[in-house]
Amino acid sequence: MTDPTKPADFIRIRNVSKHFGDFVAVDGVNLDIGKSELFSILGGSGCGKSTLLRMMAGFETPTSGTIEIDGVDVTNQPPYERPVNMMFQSYAIFPHMNVEKNIAYGLRKEGIAKQEIIKRVDDVVGLVQLGDFRKRRPDQLSGGQRQRVALARALIKRPKVLLLDEPLAALDKKLREHTQFELMNIQDELGVTFVVVTHDQEEAMTLSTRIAVMNEGRFLQVGTPKEIYEYPNSRFVADFIGTINTFEGTVSRIDDNAMSVDCPELGGDVRALIDDNTHVNVGQQVCIAVRPEKIFISFEEPEDHEGVRAHGVVDDFGYFGNLSLYRIRLESGRTIQVSWQNQRRSAKRFVEWEDKVWVSWRPRSAVVIKGES
Amino acid sequence: MNKQSRFILAVLAFGYAFLYIPLVSVVVYSFNDSKLATVWGGFSTRWYGELFRNDQVLDAAFLSLRIAATSATFATILGTMAGLVLVRFGRFKGRTLFSGMITSPLVMPEVITGLSLLLFFVSLHGLIGWPGQRGFSTITIAHTTFSMAFVAVIIQSRLAAMDESLEEAAMDLGGHPLRVVFDITLPLIAPAMVAGWLLAFTLSLDDLVIASFVSGPGSSTLPMYIFSKVKLGVTPDINALASLFILIVVVGLIVAWMAMRKTQTR
Repeated sequence: MTDPTKPADFIRIRNVSKHFGDFVAVDGVNLDIGKSELFSILGGSGCGKSTLLRMMAGFETPTSGTIEIDGVDVTNQPPYERPVNMMFQSYAIFPHMNVEKNIAYGLRKEGIAKQEIIKRVDDVVGLVQLGDFRKRRPDQLSGGQRQRVALARALIKRPKVLLLDEPLAALDKKLREHTQFELMNIQDELGVTFVVVTHDQEEAMTLSTRIAVMNEGRFLQVGTPKEIYEYPNSRFVADFIGTINTFEGTVSRIDDNAMSVDCPELGGDVRALIDDNTHVNVGQQVCIAVRPEKIFISFEEPEDHEGVRAHGVVDDFGYFGNLSLYRIRLESGRTIQVSWQNQRRSAKRFVEWEDKVWVSWRPRSAVVIKGES
Repeated sequence: MNKQSRFILAVLAFGYAFLYIPLVSVVVYSFNDSKLATVWGGFSTRWYGELFRNDQVLDAAFLSLRIAATSATFATILGTMAGLVLVRFGRFKGRTLFSGMITSPLVMPEVITGLSLLLFFVSLHGLIGWPGQRGFSTITIAHTTFSMAFVAVIIQSRLAAMDESLEEAAMDLGGHPLRVVFDITLPLIAPAMVAGWLLAFTLSLDDLVIASFVSGPGSSTLPMYIFSKVKLGVTPDINALASLFILIVVVGLIVAWMAMRKTQTR
């Protein structure tokens, strides 16, 4: 886990850009990653995250900027000289070698003595629990086993940094959850710095010590999963991570630690907190964003006078087992999403279609995002 | 069986009959006892025996096999190199042009190829005094030039289908690019190379036109020998020779096909 007191500069990426002809894949990115971090780069397809990872691995050379790993400038080092290994999205297991030979390949290229290779293969095979499959051919392995071979093959080189390109995308949901925790355990045990590229926000949230959200070649926000989820700094981040309801508005009053925002969609002034990051002025365009699970539904008007409330009717709802999702149409015509934990076991529904309900949330549950939409 | 499927079957039979009746008749007549190649006189294998006592035929066959094996080997080496560069070395300038140029020998009329090679050898002889006598070496070079195009196309399609991250992974694990070619790329395209070699071998064995242009006196390949004999009338031992040829080509094609299939299932 990250120690916040330790300087986060094991990997230093400075002003790195990558152009492919006219197309700018990565646009002046700066990033510091600490030793033993499990860092995720999260973004949609074509956002430049894979290009950035490939530049760290050495398969692409930055158009400009530098990449340092453990104090050494590796910007122009070829991949076979970098203290970095990569786990490919396709796993890239050599089909003409058995599991053992695949895993030992990196050590053989280093010219390490046979005895030592055997010992280290034993260690890493134990670590990823592949003992029974050592002599198998890759086409006789399941997806999960192939993933372990790829991981073992990269880890055996004892890299300073392990790069993982969509490590779990090829696995089914159950296996993915299991493997996720296994990856975290292995990372914890070895203390290797992991850099994961993923488009799956859930995966990034559970795995990472920190996340960078990337769009159009730039980082929009870098922070812990909690920061990214609870304090998104832009509409894109708020929207990309999880589900969120956003309401455009204008700041109408500022007090010591709270403000009022005039949101037409919520029928007037609503209260929101001012935290250290939000410096706003009266008259400024802002957006109030609130997560579905932070909204309450009630039949009676809530009594909390500071709280934000609005009246509406139940438009639709979905049952997901552990929770239910409601779509409530407010009087302004705007529909919002509310999620509700199904704590009680009951066949009876809590609300029905066209029920008139109140939705409400506490001022500190909402986040204020600056700027016009 | 309904009407439609009977019709389809008939079409199929007709198509294949069209293709194979001439070949089958050659094989059947090769077992003809009669001295006249087109009159049936009972079953016999005497023409095969006679064939193997004919030194001219054996010399021509041996020359053809030597040329085919040598040119196929060179074509495989050069074609593999061309395929590797065109698929794996990124988008260098003029790649599309090279890519198109490598395939043009496939569609070039053989007469043109043969003529241009002949002119080339003649002027080369004028310049550096080699090749003094046209024969084995000139035919081998000529066959290499057109069959390497076929090999390059086979290798290209195989490489394009192969996951490039395999080579990247090997490099990432510390393999220098040249080592990676030998560790990963070549073993994985080996079946395609075998298929390419066999195709080049059969192409060389079949070729009459180009060989006629670039061969010299006293160096007749088997197709050239057959062609010259047929001009004087078909003799039964030519039928036997043609049958053996068909056998070799069929075996070569089957092995090439199996090698290609093996690559695809990988």
